[in-house]
Amino acid sequence: MKRQPITCLTMTVAPGALPISPSPEEEGRGARGGACGPRCVDFILRGWRTAMVVSLFLAVQSTAWARLTIEITGGAEGAQPIAIVPFSQPEGMRLDDVAEVIGSDLARTGRFKPMPRGDMLATPHRAEEVDLHDWRLLSMDNLVVGEVKPDGAGGYDLGFVLFDVFRGEQLAAMTFGSRPGELRFAAHRIADVIYERLTGSPGAFSSRLAYVTSEGGRRVTLRVSDADGYNPQTIVSSQDPILSPSWSPDGRRLAYVSFENRQTAIYVQEIATGSRERIASYKGINGSPAFSPDGRSLAMTLSKEGNPDIYVMDLVSRDLRQLTDHFGIDTEPSWSPDGSHIVFTSGRGGNPQIYKVPVAGGTPQRLTFENDYNARASYAPDGRALVLVTRVNGRFRIGLIDQGRGGMRLLSNGELDESPSFAPNGSMVIYATLHSGRGVLAAVSVDGSVSQRLSQDLGDVREPAWSPLPR
Amino acid sequence: MSKIPGLIATLTAALVLAGCPSKPVEEEAPPPAPAPVTGTDVGRGGVGTTGIGAPGGYSAADLNDPRSPLFQRIIYFDYDQSEILPQFVEVLRAHASYLAGNSKARLVLEGHADERGTREYNLALGDQRADAVRRFLVAEGAASGRIDTLSFGEERPADPNHSESAWALNRRVELVY
Repeated sequence: MKRQPITCLTMTVAPGALPISPSPEEEGRGARGGACGPRCVDFILRGWRTAMVVSLFLAVQSTAWARLTIEITGGAEGAQPIAIVPFSQPEGMRLDDVAEVIGSDLARTGRFKPMPRGDMLATPHRAEEVDLHDWRLLSMDNLVVGEVKPDGAGGYDLGFVLFDVFRGEQLAAMTFGSRPGELRFAAHRIADVIYERLTGSPGAFSSRLAYVTSEGGRRVTLRVSDADGYNPQTIVSSQDPILSPSWSPDGRRLAYVSFENRQTAIYVQEIATGSRERIASYKGINGSPAFSPDGRSLAMTLSKEGNPDIYVMDLVSRDLRQLTDHFGIDTEPSWSPDGSHIVFTSGRGGNPQIYKVPVAGGTPQRLTFENDYNARASYAPDGRALVLVTRVNGRFRIGLIDQGRGGMRLLSNGELDESPSFAPNGSMVIYATLHSGRGVLAAVSVDGSVSQRLSQDLGDVREPAWSPLPR
Repeated sequence: MSKIPGLIATLTAALVLAGCPSKPVEEEAPPPAPAPVTGTDVGRGGVGTTGIGAPGGYSAADLNDPRSPLFQRIIYFDYDQSEILPQFVEVLRAHASYLAGNSKARLVLEGHADERGTREYNLALGDQRADAVRRFLVAEGAASGRIDTLSFGEERPADPNHSESAWALNRRVELVY
C-alpha cells in the first residue's frame, strides 16, 4: 500500500483588527495624485513591492466562526447505494467521524446514497473481516471499510478499502497520513478517491471555498473553508468592501480587491501565513484580479487611463501590459485553461457582453449574442464550457455556454444571481443568490440535476470562489 | 441583515431626498435621451438651462444652505448609464463654479451603482459615472487636480432594499467636499 502524505493546511487567522492602516508616508505616496503618470506609478509600485510585504502573523482566532451549512435543495434520481462502515479508531480518543465525513461528501453530489448505520448487519474495518455476501443481501453496490491508527509521531494513518460488492472486487486500498486535527481533510481525500474510482471523474471534496461575508454592520470578512463548509478561517476582515477573491493555481494564494484606505487596491495574500502584498493601487479602480493558469501573471481591470480596461501584470517583473483599449467598460477578465486567451465583459456594444482576446494582444471577438446582459464569464476546467451571468426577462441568472454545442443553458432561476465559479473537477458551479432576502451561496451540478444551498446562520454570504484541487 | 443599518440607510435616504429638488429617475420612464456629456459638448442636446449667478459667487457656507444649489450633492443616473441627466446639469454647474472660485475646495466624487448585474461591472460603472461628473466639472471650469474619483460599485447602497425605488436611489454620484 502506498502512503500518501498530506500537506499541512493550517492557516493563520487574521482577526478583527485587520487590515492595516497605511502610514501617512504611504498615503502621501499613493498613486492618486493627478501629477503622477504611469511611469511614476510604476516606480511607486516597485517601491511598495518591498515595503508592502505586510506580514499578518497574528494569533489564531479561537472562537469558531459561523460555518456554512449545506442543504440539498434538489437531488438526482437513481443515486447509487453505498455502505460506509464507521472506521475503527484508537481507544479513548474523540476524533472526527471519518466515515460520516466521507458519506456526507458523497451524498452531497446526489450520485450516492450512503446506507444508514442502523441498517448495517456487521461493522468490519479490514478487508479480511468483510463478508461481501452480507452486503449483497442489503443491495449495496459498494462498500467502504477502514481504520484510523496512530502513526507513532502524533498523527494518524487512515487506511481504507473500497469494494465492488457484486463483482467481489477491491477497487481501491490506500492509506493516507494525517496530522492531528486534519482528519477531516484526510477523509475528504478518501472521498475524492472513492468518487473517482466509481464515476471516472476526479472528486473535489478536498478543495476549498473562498467567500465574502457580512454579519450586520459594515464589517466584511473574506473567508476560506473546506468544500463542505467546515473549518472556516478568516483571511481578511475590514470595515470596507472586499471583492473578487481569486485563487492562485497552486491554491496557496488569494488575490482580492479591498477598499481599505478609501481606494480600491488588489492584494495577493498567502493563505497559510497571512502575509500579503499590494499588487495594484493605481488611480481609479483596481479590480477583477485573475491568476493565469501558470500562476505567473495576474489579469486585472484598471481605469488609470480614464476608463476601465484589461491589463496583464507579470507577477515577477511587475511589468504591466494593457490588453484592451476602448472607451466603454472592459472588465472581469478570465483566462482560458491553456493560458492562450482571456474572456472579459465589455460594454462596447451598448450593453455588457462577453468578448475574447488573445493574451498576446489582438482584436477582441464577441462571444455572446443571446440576451442583453452577459457578464463575468469563466471557463470550465476543461475549457469546453463557459459559465456567466445573464439577464433573462429582467432576472439575473447563471448561464452555461457549451462551446461545442453552442447556445446557452440556464443553471439557476433566481432574480439576482451572480459570481459563478466552477468546481475544480468541473462537476458543479457555485454562485451567489438571494434566499428570503439574504445573501447565500448555491451550487448546482452542470447537468442541472443536483442543487445545494450554502448559508450561514447569520448575515450574508457572497462572492464564492472554488479553489483548485490540492497538489 | 441587521435592522439598524437598514434604518440608518432609510433615514439617510429620507434626509437626502428632503434636500433634493429633483427626484431620482426611474428606469421605466427615462427622460428624453440626453446628449452624452463628454468634455466640450456639455450642454448640447436640447438641455434648457437658466442662470445660477456669477461664477465664483459661491462660498463654503452655501454647502450648508438648503436654498443653495450646492446643498444638493447627490446626482442620479439611469440604469447601466453614466451620462449626466439634464435635470442635474444646473446643480453640477453650480459646483463647478464653486470649485473654480474657491481654490482651497477639494472634491471627491463617489460613484455608485445599483445591485443588478455583476459586482465588478458595477464597480466599473460607478467609476465611469464619477468620471463623467469629473469631466463635466472640469469642462465647466473646475481644476482637475482638486477632484478625485472613487467608485464603490454596488457595495455601499443608499437603500439596501431590492426594489426599483431602492435601485433608483443607489445609481448615484455623491459629491464629497
